[in-house]
Amino acid sequence: MPGSPSEAPPQPEVAWRSLLSTVRASPALQAGLSIAIAIGPLGISFGALGTATGLSMLEVCALSLLTFSGGSQFAFIGVLAGGGSPASALGASTLLGLRNGVYGMQINTLLHPQGWRRLAAAQVTIDESTATALAQEERVEQARGFWSAGLGIFVMWNATTLVGAVVGEALGDARQWGLDGAAAAAFLGLLWPRLRAGEPMAIAACCAVVTAVSVPLLPPGVPILVAAAVAALIGWSRLRRDSAEAAAGRSLR
Amino acid sequence: MTVLLWIVAASTLAYLTKLSGYLVPHRLLETPAVVRISACMTVGLLSSLVVLNTVADGQQLTPDARFLALGAAALALLLRAPFIVVVLVGALAAALGRLGGLP
Repeated sequence: MPGSPSEAPPQPEVAWRSLLSTVRASPALQAGLSIAIAIGPLGISFGALGTATGLSMLEVCALSLLTFSGGSQFAFIGVLAGGGSPASALGASTLLGLRNGVYGMQINTLLHPQGWRRLAAAQVTIDESTATALAQEERVEQARGFWSAGLGIFVMWNATTLVGAVVGEALGDARQWGLDGAAAAAFLGLLWPRLRAGEPMAIAACCAVVTAVSVPLLPPGVPILVAAAVAALIGWSRLRRDSAEAAAGRSLR
Repeated sequence: MTVLLWIVAASTLAYLTKLSGYLVPHRLLETPAVVRISACMTVGLLSSLVVLNTVADGQQLTPDARFLALGAAALALLLRAPFIVVVLVGALAAALGRLGGLP
């Protein structure tokens, strides 16, 4: 976590207690850490699947450490498993990661990280860290949400990828433990507080339909970009309507 | 070994994609239009992620136990459960659904 530079080192027990009370007082930290715990273990299935595809342990772990974007990583090994070339695996993985550019833009708007923090923030800019940050209202909470989810998942994801690669399929299917359901629930939990007004509800419904319709039609990773574009278009048209109304109001006066 | 080189290449592209978002100038980001549109995109992205994580499996729509998870999570949210409870309820519902024979 950024911030809190060198004061006198407190007693471990006191530090632990103050950490606990900070977590208790911060919905963003709770969200970030629970997502890290809930979604991190999916790394076990990635590690197992990766070695099952025929990648070495080093290659599987390199994907989690360097690519660090679940969708891109699964796409990469998925293409290889389907007999595709490494070049097309790279293509699929990059396409699936395009949304991270959009996320980067949004996190940059919220947090303006500078210097090495910007470089670190870029690496942990993924679905979960962005969603956790965006779901918060205050800037401090946004930063806590982003970094706790991003770094928490980074640690968890890499550790569990290694475990998965070592243990292989013995631990089996993350689905059996309902972890894919946990992901769906987590994203709904992040969306929920934003649905207080009519306009966000309409946008959410619209983007849900657009996503469902485009999943079978477009390559993996693209539907979410289409949904983002539709949401942006709705926002833009509302903006134009609002400014047209404002102009009309002025001319009436 | 060549695969490792492709992985490094894919990772470089993944990182540059992420970083590119941070390099758009602030001046451009702080206009009312961008702020408004960005708020709309947030809701759109979250909603899309909910759908993807509930019904999508690669390029297929596969209704399965994740529907139960979403329903249970919605119920928990209606009851104002804290986030971690929502997530656990989702996992439990999906696990129970699979135990009951759902795909």
